[in-house]
Amino acid sequence: MLCEICGVNEATVEFTEIVDDEVTQLHLCESCAREKGVEMEKHFGIADLLAGLTDAGLEFESEEAEVKCSGCGMTYDDFRKIGRLGCGECYSTFKRNLLPLLKRIHGSTRHLGKSTVKLEKAAGVTKRSELQELRQKLQRAIEMEEFEEAAKLRDRIRELEKKAKEKE
Amino acid sequence: MKLDDLLKQTGEWLKGIGPNSEMVMSSRIRLARNLAKYPFPHRADKKQLEDVLSDFEKAYKRIEYFKGALYLMIKDLNALDKQFLIERHLISREHIRHTEYKAVLISDREIISVMVNEEDHLRIQILQSGFNLQDTWQLANKIDEELDRYLDYAYSNELGFLTCCPTNVGTGLRASCMVQLPSLVITKQIKKVLYAITKLGLTARGLYGEGTEAYGNFFQISNQVTLGHSEEEIIDNLERIMRQIIEQENAARSSLLANQRPLFEDMIWRAYGTLKSAHIITSNEAINLLSHVRLGMDLGIIKDIDRNMLNELLIQIQPAHLQKLQGKQLSTHERDVTRAELIRSKFMR
Repeated sequence: MLCEICGVNEATVEFTEIVDDEVTQLHLCESCAREKGVEMEKHFGIADLLAGLTDAGLEFESEEAEVKCSGCGMTYDDFRKIGRLGCGECYSTFKRNLLPLLKRIHGSTRHLGKSTVKLEKAAGVTKRSELQELRQKLQRAIEMEEFEEAAKLRDRIRELEKKAKEKE
Repeated sequence: MKLDDLLKQTGEWLKGIGPNSEMVMSSRIRLARNLAKYPFPHRADKKQLEDVLSDFEKAYKRIEYFKGALYLMIKDLNALDKQFLIERHLISREHIRHTEYKAVLISDREIISVMVNEEDHLRIQILQSGFNLQDTWQLANKIDEELDRYLDYAYSNELGFLTCCPTNVGTGLRASCMVQLPSLVITKQIKKVLYAITKLGLTARGLYGEGTEAYGNFFQISNQVTLGHSEEEIIDNLERIMRQIIEQENAARSSLLANQRPLFEDMIWRAYGTLKSAHIITSNEAINLLSHVRLGMDLGIIKDIDRNMLNELLIQIQPAHLQKLQGKQLSTHERDVTRAELIRSKFMR
């Protein structure tokens, strides 16, 4: 039997992989098996790393651990195991636990990049850049600990965002 | 266009053109996007995965950039073809782990590719030759806007584009440069450089992305952080640091030439000699030696070689390419022999 990955070398290793309770068996040659092994370790690495981050020094919001995401049925515990979220909705469902994690990964919890075409259209082209500028100003104000200014900026941003949503 | 047509052409990113192309082989932008309607691929059922595929298919067909593009279902490809696409940097290793309900769209010159149902619903990639991040980003942004018109992205005002892994959320943007840094490796400064860039929110990987080794002194340098900065800031930051790395590599080159010229020349000419004469050669050895010859060319030590040919060889000597060029499957040993033959023939010209 030939290796199921490269299809060239004789398969000498039986490789069992369990992903989401699904067991797959592959017959591989030595070099592909080795590569696959490395790949697996790497795969575990990401989840482990994230799991480490989710726990480290944070008070784990345990009441959220049982909550199932209405979009996909995932729990925060599932996320901690695999390091992947189930759907866009998960970001709101697990917000309280995710925000400190995002802060650790990115040093921020606020998107400052582009928006979607539809939102931009709704807000008007000029509004979009205004919104972007305001968000950057807000970030700077927070960094400089100018909280009064930050609060003003935040309100203005909310107003603009609300308008954009309504038009949508 | 058919898959085998790719074999006859040189991918745009391999052309060895564009700014600083002697050192920076390619610039790449990747955007992670998801469709709001469906759970992320690992959580979606068959019907939903099928719907993602059909939504995407309808959308791309309306977009001018994808005229004449190649759309492939991964499950229809044999092992060799899958490996072939990985070697050309058109799909990831992750994309062939489970092949059901996965697809890739490749534009005619291989500049744009979109993986469907990988970790995220869409992974849009723009790959260009040389140190060319701004243009690459401009194009990525246009393609993204086009797709955005016909698809409903998962997006929140607060967190931006929502991705399967929280390390990509926000811009969903990974910008990277593939750069060859032989002198920093030889002078053992590379560790210091790589350490410094991690402090600046960047990361370095090998030739084939995450978890791969840096063969032939090639490094892929990319941003780590995707949230809290605009796309322009992220690209600007990478670009500025890349400039510094280029400067450092140039300084190391000059210092090697000034202080250790015989040693340096010996290394380059030995690489040249081996490539010209070897009858059995592994891909790792070949990549390393080709990288030395490339350096020799940049420094004007070796003159009679075409850079384009060298760049092409870097891809053609890889296992799947070799086998497709030969039109048959080859064992490891046969590959090493065929590879040596191919290289000799190119170096004889």
